[in-house]
Amino acid sequence: MPWFEFIPLNIVIGIILFWIALGAAGLIAQSNLHYVTRILLPAGAAAGVALAATAFAAMSQEAALCVVPLGLPDLPFHLRIDALSAFFLVLLGLAATGVSLFYAGYLRAGEDNSPGLTCVQYHLFLASIATIFVADDGYLFMVAWETMALSSYFLVISNHRDAKTRSAGFLYLLIAHVGAIGILLCFGVLQAGGGDYTFATMRAVEPASAGWMTVAYLLALFGFGAKAGLLPLHAWLPEAHPAAPSPVSALMSGVMLKTAIYGLLRVTFDLMNTQIWWWGVLTLALGLVTALFGVLFAAVQTDMKRLLAYSSIENVGIVLIGIGLAITFRAFNMHALAALALVAALYHCLNHAFFKCLLFLVTGSVLHATNERSLGKLGGLIHTMPVVAWLALIGTLAIAGLPPLNGFVSEWLLLQAFLLTPGLPNSYLNMLVPVAAAALALTFALSGYVMVKFYGVIFLGQPREDKLKDAHDARGFERLGLLWLAAGCVLLGVLPVPIILQLGSVTTQLIGATISDSVVASGWLFITPIVPERASYSPLIFLVVIAAVVLLVFLLVRAFYHGRVRRGAAWDCGFPLQTSRMQDTAEGFGQPIKQIFELFFRIERHVPTPFDRAPYYQSRTEDRLWYWLYVPVARVAERLSGWIGVLQRGRIHIYLIYSFATLILLLVFAR
Amino acid sequence: MNLPFSAQLINLMASLLLLIAFAMLSQRRILSLIYLFAWQGAVLCANTLIVAWSTGQPHLYYSAMITLVLKVIILPWLLHRLIVRLNIKWDVETMINIPITMLIGIALVIFAFNLALPIAQWAETITRSTLGIAIASVLLSFLMMITRRKAVPQVIGFLAMENGLFFAATSTTYGMPMVVELGIALDVLVGTFIFGIFFFQIRETFDSLDIRNLEKLKED
Amino acid sequence: MIEAILSQLFQTLLAVLLAPLMLGWINNCRSWLQNKSAPGLLQPYRTLRKLFHKDAVLAHNASSLFRMAPYIIFGCMVLAASIVPMVETNLPFAYAADAIALVGVFALARVFMALAAMDIGTAFGSLGARREMLVAFLAEPALLMVLFTPALISQSTSLNTMVATLGQREFALFPSLAYAAVAFVMVLLAENARIPIDNPATHLELTMIHEAMILEYSARHLALMEWAAAIKLMIYCAIGIALFMPWGIVAAGSWPLLPVATLVLVAKLLVAGGGLALLETVSAKMRIFRAPEFLGMAFLLGVLGMLTHFLLER
Repeated sequence: MPWFEFIPLNIVIGIILFWIALGAAGLIAQSNLHYVTRILLPAGAAAGVALAATAFAAMSQEAALCVVPLGLPDLPFHLRIDALSAFFLVLLGLAATGVSLFYAGYLRAGEDNSPGLTCVQYHLFLASIATIFVADDGYLFMVAWETMALSSYFLVISNHRDAKTRSAGFLYLLIAHVGAIGILLCFGVLQAGGGDYTFATMRAVEPASAGWMTVAYLLALFGFGAKAGLLPLHAWLPEAHPAAPSPVSALMSGVMLKTAIYGLLRVTFDLMNTQIWWWGVLTLALGLVTALFGVLFAAVQTDMKRLLAYSSIENVGIVLIGIGLAITFRAFNMHALAALALVAALYHCLNHAFFKCLLFLVTGSVLHATNERSLGKLGGLIHTMPVVAWLALIGTLAIAGLPPLNGFVSEWLLLQAFLLTPGLPNSYLNMLVPVAAAALALTFALSGYVMVKFYGVIFLGQPREDKLKDAHDARGFERLGLLWLAAGCVLLGVLPVPIILQLGSVTTQLIGATISDSVVASGWLFITPIVPERASYSPLIFLVVIAAVVLLVFLLVRAFYHGRVRRGAAWDCGFPLQTSRMQDTAEGFGQPIKQIFELFFRIERHVPTPFDRAPYYQSRTEDRLWYWLYVPVARVAERLSGWIGVLQRGRIHIYLIYSFATLILLLVFAR
Repeated sequence: MNLPFSAQLINLMASLLLLIAFAMLSQRRILSLIYLFAWQGAVLCANTLIVAWSTGQPHLYYSAMITLVLKVIILPWLLHRLIVRLNIKWDVETMINIPITMLIGIALVIFAFNLALPIAQWAETITRSTLGIAIASVLLSFLMMITRRKAVPQVIGFLAMENGLFFAATSTTYGMPMVVELGIALDVLVGTFIFGIFFFQIRETFDSLDIRNLEKLKED
Repeated sequence: MIEAILSQLFQTLLAVLLAPLMLGWINNCRSWLQNKSAPGLLQPYRTLRKLFHKDAVLAHNASSLFRMAPYIIFGCMVLAASIVPMVETNLPFAYAADAIALVGVFALARVFMALAAMDIGTAFGSLGARREMLVAFLAEPALLMVLFTPALISQSTSLNTMVATLGQREFALFPSLAYAAVAFVMVLLAENARIPIDNPATHLELTMIHEAMILEYSARHLALMEWAAAIKLMIYCAIGIALFMPWGIVAAGSWPLLPVATLVLVAKLLVAGGGLALLETVSAKMRIFRAPEFLGMAFLLGVLGMLTHFLLER
């Protein structure tokens, strides 16, 4: 280090404190919109950039530790930044910048929450997520986890006058806490009598037997899965995301779900020294089911934010598929392949943060412009909101996994990892895993379907409501935030090699192997995960060739023929009457999926009969798991609490008897 | 891939057999089922001929002849006459829809392949890797029997199962002793006759060949 | 270096310029098989010239996406034509994409087509878009599975390596490739809007998929879309030839053999076109609701091919 000793951990701590300070500053002038949106939020965005830059540099450095004597007397906070934390801090920083910039333009006065209150909740949310990534002991981790859950709960119920929002927030908080219990128990098992709860202790000790390690892993999967939206603990996602304001949904989808991925990786690869192969298969299977479930339900949604929420479930499933593969490979000592699978999973985390945030922010712009969330009342917005529409197109193409954008890179890496599985020692796995690759390919194709529906119904076609003609485009800070994220999507897609190189340090830390050498073997232009003869892909050449051909053809046609255009009515096969109600609705677009995959849905239909006075048709598509799992569990919980509620009589005599009985018992047994 | 050419041909025949078993599972018309069954017999005959030629076992030639006469000519002709007289050329109805049936079929194929791998390792014939396919086609035919509602596809499933067993025998032990072979052939022929008689009886009693009607025979 | 670039240009131009001829050949074969008088081999070229001369008529609410889509789709097809090894392996662009990226390029073109179809907001446009995405979401994984089987055999997803492995080793029967070939033909029919999925000659509203999507296009836009469809058909045939009949594709750098390779390619394409016409003539178009079953069958055959590879060929 030439002339400064820049210690990344100190800078990160500084940024966390800065965010908390920004939040507190918001409380000073709560209703002053200009102050919050022009000063505080952009400052938060700048801090995000600084965080990302610091963490990026820190990824290739050694791990740094620090002990802060806050917290309880005997439990100081341990903080540590290593390659894994640094990667997720980069993710947080970049996403937070885009969302903060957007929020600066999006926040309005007159909502249920005052701007200052939103500011404090928002910055506390960001600060707690950053703390999770640098926590080095179980105590600080849980404190930060809880803070994140609470601050996001308050953000979710920003429109607390609406009853549906409140119940969505309640469900969210409930499942978050159920998951937190799982994580706490997992830390308890991992600590295995080591004395304290620091991660260093957990790394050093081994749980007593393979059985206990499995218990720890299953608890981690349960706990972190609840936060990530893994089946069957996913029910909060499609409720909470639509209820929250769009920038909050963006951060929740883009960053908060990744804290669960971070936790799972930390526990599995860092805190536990060995992995058992069937954990990987279980994670892979769960991830596959989650991904399929998410995309199928996304295809039948009619609310644009619910559609994106289910799509988040799908993407979390894909990340878990990658992690499951990595665990399986590692358990069979195939380290290079495990590194490839892990790189695919982490790259997908980063990609998802960018394109999901972008899409949620786009829905925010649309919502502000039109006041409509239902897909059945939108349409034709590309004419009145061109900037938003074109940036949304980038996001849509990215999330559908199309080259040369970023979604395709992680899909490509993941499919490459799948094709290497025939080297596994177990013959059942050898045959089942390619079948899983088939299901994964199906998921990718379905996500293209879903995104065509999303983009086409909102932005293309004719407007389905008259008021849509008055929709205004995004301005100022909103535009800046969207541009930042869209640029990220394009850059991550076209120049993936530097990122993969940096991810090499993460995989080296977690698995002990890296694919960085082979990846750069053919230069920065091509990705060659194993050897160039095996597979290679160059997104930049893609982009350049397609752009060159487009330009060339355009010029040639103009040169040889002409470029004249006439406007007229749409042909429509000669039908004279064309109204906006004749184009496909969102339900119509999802109908083939509903028909083919009928078994997955619980469809309730009311079909009109000829004898109805006022016939109507209604169809509701719901989640079966809600009725199979959540409702019975809720009933059991209610009954149990009813029995225990018997204890509560309301009469002072009874309570005094309770105290007396306890005293007697203690005197008898605790001599 | 340095197997001798005859081994490659046998592998090809095996995969054709599996393809036909899957095709039978997805058919909707009884007439196509009968043609596929005839094709399956032809593939079986060709396979036996190749094994006979490459391993020099003359009794397999007779086996192939019997297969040709019985399974490619006589049985399909009998079945064709049966359905013409019963007048049932319509669509095959299934209990569960065809895509799900295919998925279950794939799962059975994976199961059968994994079952066969350890056995294939200590068999000594050149056709040992085809045991998995033979087991798979037996299981698929069984699945076809389970998931059909009319009686004729069930019979065809039974016959296809016997085809699969025959293929399994050829692949691991170069065929069965001639006596066993003739006995099984006779059993199959007689069985088909009896089935034909039963079909008429069922049709007379219930006026339809839907086997769910047989449930009415139980006492309660 | 110069040689490589020239070969690349040669292959790309060959594909782009010959694609309408292939279309004309298939139409001719179909007419001959159906005992009709044929339109002439060069008819697609005449159609394209006619279309380029016309003024483009756009609907009032056509957006810039609608106007740009034909160019982008054409660009994707040209890129795909540069990637697939038709006459020579190891061309420079071939390293830019492997089989999975090739499927991705087709998906990109398809998504733009579907979005352009939804742009005008008529009933037929969205109908076509919905049906196209329905066919696509099953055809794309089926194509991936078909490509995975030779990928597993040749231990690589690079099309060059696949062609080199399958074409330059001694003749061997791979049953898994047989499965993959059957599945590939089914996917080819589905993706290129041929009978039995879609009728390329129809203009009946309720039965069309591809035609519904390009309904609102005219003049040069329509010309580019039709040309792109022809290139796509040719590329698909070329992929099939490269994977299942790869003999005749020369290794990189052998200049003198290039004309021979071109002749072999033309001969193979003639056979493929004739076979396609025959398939179209003997099949009837399926109801649209049966299309998912057809494609599901292709998908399962692809998976079966992979499984057979594990059992029989390891």
